[in-house]
Amino acid sequence: MTALPTPDADTFVIEPEGLSALVEALCHEGYRVVGPSVRDGAIVLGEIASANELPCGWTARHEAAAYRVERRDDDAVFGWAVGPHSWKQELMPSRVRLWRASSAESVEEEPPPGRPLALFGVRSCDLHAIAIQDRVFLEGRYVERDYALRRTGAFVVAVDCGEPGGTCFCASLGTGPRADAGFDLALTELVSTEHRFVVRVGSDTGREIARLLPVRAATDADLEAALAVTDEAAGRMGRRLEAGGLRDLLAGNLEHPRFAEVAERCLTCGNCTLVCPTCFCTSVEDVNDLADGSAERWRSWDSCFSTEYSYIHGGSVRRSPRARYRQWLTHKFGTWHDQFGTSGCVGCGRCITWCPVGIDVTEELAAIRAGDGEVDHAHAR
Amino acid sequence: MSAVATCPKLAVWKFSSCDGCQLSLLDCEDELLAIAEEIEIAYFPEATSGEIEGPYDVSLVEGSVTTAHDVGRIQEVRAQSALLVTIGACATAGGIQALRNFVDVGEWIPLVYASPEYVSTLETSTPIADHVPVDLELRGCPISKAQLVDTVSALLHGRRPRLATTSVCTECKARGTPCVMVAHGTPCLGPVTQAGCGAICPAYARGCYGCFGPMESPNVAALARQWRELGAGDDVMLRALRTFNANAPAFREASYDHE
Ligand code: SF4
Ligand code: SF4
Ligand code: SF4
Repeated sequence: MTALPTPDADTFVIEPEGLSALVEALCHEGYRVVGPSVRDGAIVLGEIASANELPCGWTARHEAAAYRVERRDDDAVFGWAVGPHSWKQELMPSRVRLWRASSAESVEEEPPPGRPLALFGVRSCDLHAIAIQDRVFLEGRYVERDYALRRTGAFVVAVDCGEPGGTCFCASLGTGPRADAGFDLALTELVSTEHRFVVRVGSDTGREIARLLPVRAATDADLEAALAVTDEAAGRMGRRLEAGGLRDLLAGNLEHPRFAEVAERCLTCGNCTLVCPTCFCTSVEDVNDLADGSAERWRSWDSCFSTEYSYIHGGSVRRSPRARYRQWLTHKFGTWHDQFGTSGCVGCGRCITWCPVGIDVTEELAAIRAGDGEVDHAHAR
Repeated sequence: MSAVATCPKLAVWKFSSCDGCQLSLLDCEDELLAIAEEIEIAYFPEATSGEIEGPYDVSLVEGSVTTAHDVGRIQEVRAQSALLVTIGACATAGGIQALRNFVDVGEWIPLVYASPEYVSTLETSTPIADHVPVDLELRGCPISKAQLVDTVSALLHGRRPRLATTSVCTECKARGTPCVMVAHGTPCLGPVTQAGCGAICPAYARGCYGCFGPMESPNVAALARQWRELGAGDDVMLRALRTFNANAPAFREASYDHE
């Protein structure tokens, strides 16, 4: 293998050593590289310094309310579907300081993060989730400064999915399993014969980084094998969702009896919204120092499952668990279309896996569709 | 809530309790110096022998009401305090000693004490709010130092204290702890327990013990069904609900389903 002097080709192949070289190159170029590793019994995201930290030879089993990491019988690095973390924790961290003030005259905005981010191993569903958050935070009337600072200049290494999880349904929504846009480099891992990665270039920055890697030209066989990975994965989704017409279906079924049934099971714990890679609700709070009188403003994750979040003069507008679950489901799959022009769901399955009682959006939506038009007279006004 | 006076007077009171929550105040070493500068610690027997007469701007009350004497004393404390803040599971829910509420105290006393005739106690252990109006509650067994410092600071500056009423799960997610129920199959009280501790136990791969008492809308029945799926039956759930916050209404009522 030799480094391509000018990798004009938009597609090429790297070996496992090339993957190590990619992590090194990104670190060397000054990126804070965030990628997957096995920790606390899960495949989670965090800063990595070398490809040795990647979950080589690991996979995970997903079901509603159940997740287990397991060894694979090969050395696949990406042979698993998205875990409990999402890139949201990097792009809109759970708690960030927005500004500090030592007096009314001196308000200092939080300085930009030191190093640009490199997101290493972003799945197609999550590329779509990032695109949705971009729309919310960057493309509306107001730009979210903190998000913009983290997002701008972030390098994205996407990975096609060959091992969909038991709760995945991106294929139903057209958001995966193959990365189609929004990356600098995209990898398809091939493990069956020779362990290798077919790499697609998605941007000029991606091409610059690719120049630093030991690569070889992709053959037709490589390209065919790469396409087969995602074609085959699309047929093995753990869940499916009939996505057509959901907006109107939900708008017409706000008093559906299913909402009272799901509220019996729902813990209103908020896990679904916090693991969801598109959920963006936050609250803002001020803190002050006891001694010197300085003050700070912090932004932290919040959720439509908290009563405080919907507290307006006179009380919370969504007191019952039924109202809170309905808000989550109808916003994500219905009114999001009105607000942002797409579905708010990308089919990653996290809310199903990580709901402690296994409430499943695909099952809830199917039940509402099956009983389209039913009215819960006990709750309807 | 309006800001309290400049150099406000703070009193710390103890009812039936282990002193652990008061010690949390002493444990705030760095912050304590700043607190001591801004407020006058008027009554705090655990920390100082001096005593300044009331009325007090803020009273922190630890412990539950378990004797006839307590019943009268809490009225006096309330009468002398502009703001009354209860601290800890004893003061906010009755504490571990509220386990007596589920049994006949008269039968138990001779089993525990050699000279039962010296014991004068009520049948129940009850939270302060059952006796007098309470302005703010700091939950926990023990309370969180961070919440205590933030609350004192908020009261001094007329700012709203930050006291979440959501689940412990929100803190697991904020710190990135993979859920122990989902990833390990470990029963956890986090979904029905109020945030505030910082989700310490799940970060050490343990289920939440419920130290902060019920969250704002606890669905214990739904959680119990899931615990059963994980192999934790009625006996385990009963023991989990009947600990430090056994007498908190949501935990108490749910616990009867598992007797
Ligand atoms: S709603 Fe659920 S499946 Fe859809 S993007 Fe959010 S977490 Fe993923
Ligand atoms: S749907 Fe599940 S994760 Fe979401 S609030 Fe309800 S119980 Fe929690
Ligand atoms: S470990 Fe417990 S507190 Fe944390 S998310 Fe899971 S159920 Fe909630």
